[in-house]
Amino acid sequence: MKKELKIPRIKDGTVIDHITAGQALKVLRILGIPEGTKSIVSVAMYVKSKKMGKKDIVKVENRELDPEEVNKIALIAPKATINIIRDYKVAKKFRVHIPDEIVGIVRCPNPNCISNSEEPIESRFVVVRRDPLVIKCYYCERKPDNIADNII
Amino acid sequence: MSLKGKDIVSIRDLSKGEILEILNHAKEMIPVAKGERKLKLLEGKILASLFFEPSTRTRLSFETAMHRLGGSVIGFADPSMTSLRKGENIADTIRMADAYSDVIVIRHPKEGTARMAAEFAEAPVINAGDGAGRHPTQCLLDLFTILMEKGKLEGMKVVLLGDLKYGRTVHSLAYALALFGAELVFVSPESLRMPKEIVEDCIELGVEPVSTTDLEKAIRDADVLYVTRIQKERFPDPTEYSRVIGSYKVDMNLLKHAKEDLIVMHPLPRIDEISPEVDKTRHAVYFKQAFNGVPVRMSILSKVLGG
Repeated sequence: MKKELKIPRIKDGTVIDHITAGQALKVLRILGIPEGTKSIVSVAMYVKSKKMGKKDIVKVENRELDPEEVNKIALIAPKATINIIRDYKVAKKFRVHIPDEIVGIVRCPNPNCISNSEEPIESRFVVVRRDPLVIKCYYCERKPDNIADNII
Repeated sequence: MSLKGKDIVSIRDLSKGEILEILNHAKEMIPVAKGERKLKLLEGKILASLFFEPSTRTRLSFETAMHRLGGSVIGFADPSMTSLRKGENIADTIRMADAYSDVIVIRHPKEGTARMAAEFAEAPVINAGDGAGRHPTQCLLDLFTILMEKGKLEGMKVVLLGDLKYGRTVHSLAYALALFGAELVFVSPESLRMPKEIVEDCIELGVEPVSTTDLEKAIRDADVLYVTRIQKERFPDPTEYSRVIGSYKVDMNLLKHAKEDLIVMHPLPRIDEISPEVDKTRHAVYFKQAFNGVPVRMSILSKVLGG
């Protein structure tokens, strides 16, 4: 039986595969896509996966995402893989890596934290542990229990 | 090791060596703090004292410390008298204070304000309490008091009593005492127990704290009893509050079970958790502890200003 392809192959660009099922739209929001890009963006959600059961996939045409930029999504999609496509071929492939500091992505769950007030600062978290992921607010030192719920 | 220019936002910003450096220097400051010896170490230096929240002991002892060392103080104790009322943000207030002074002391009801201030200011920033968060200079003066009264921190059996869940001083103190290898016992009502995070920090430092609700048993072989206030508003049921307060009152009856040289500490203000009859006993060191705020803050100011 011929494998059904839900989203067509792309010539040049980036494919983000193995995104935790249901998180694709959040991934796009974290990456600031499609704002500021005229590329074609395809999203597939709840696709069958041998490894993960279900997964999401995002394809961005004519744009190679920078690893630093993509690492931000590791917070909600720690198993994601990034494929850089050039002329229909995978030119580079890498896994996301959680950065040491997470700036402007997660809101501090502490309503009394200074980062939730009208001050000229961005939210900032320091990674305390990677597996399981534990992050700590740089300002009030609170550790959020549920990171995905606090994505800005 | 130099503390010159260092921000002191959390007790965790300081290594064990740096803490000892501050405490040892504070010992030398005692005669100056009492006015028995003159020392113009910080002459010409200006402290910006920014208190966005009421404070008696912390603010006065910082200002006394600066004056005793020949420096001067600018600032406010009531933010309604400043441009913040006109809607200025805290970051701009900090930039301004930074331009006018050599060191900034800040207290604010929002957690993390001192950390933010440290980002905006070039001058060293000292946290004088941020919301339910951190209060490192209180922690240093508590350690100093134990050191002065007992001669050491290591191996001391310290009972922390009261509201261990919300009390800002006990969180820093538990961490710092664990850093110095003290034995820890946490006594509180079930609903106000020490947060799991703090207990885990102590364990990581090699100290396994004991948590109990039985004060009488806990103080039997204790060296230090550190008492904190239990606030009425933490209890939805007033009868539950009265029951808890009654069982954790420090009075002569309780102290019959203690060692003769047990010291009783309290960050003050106290309401009725320590009976006034205890004040006259050799156990009571809380007024001395309040005085210790001055030499410890003198030591901190002179260290961060490189004096």
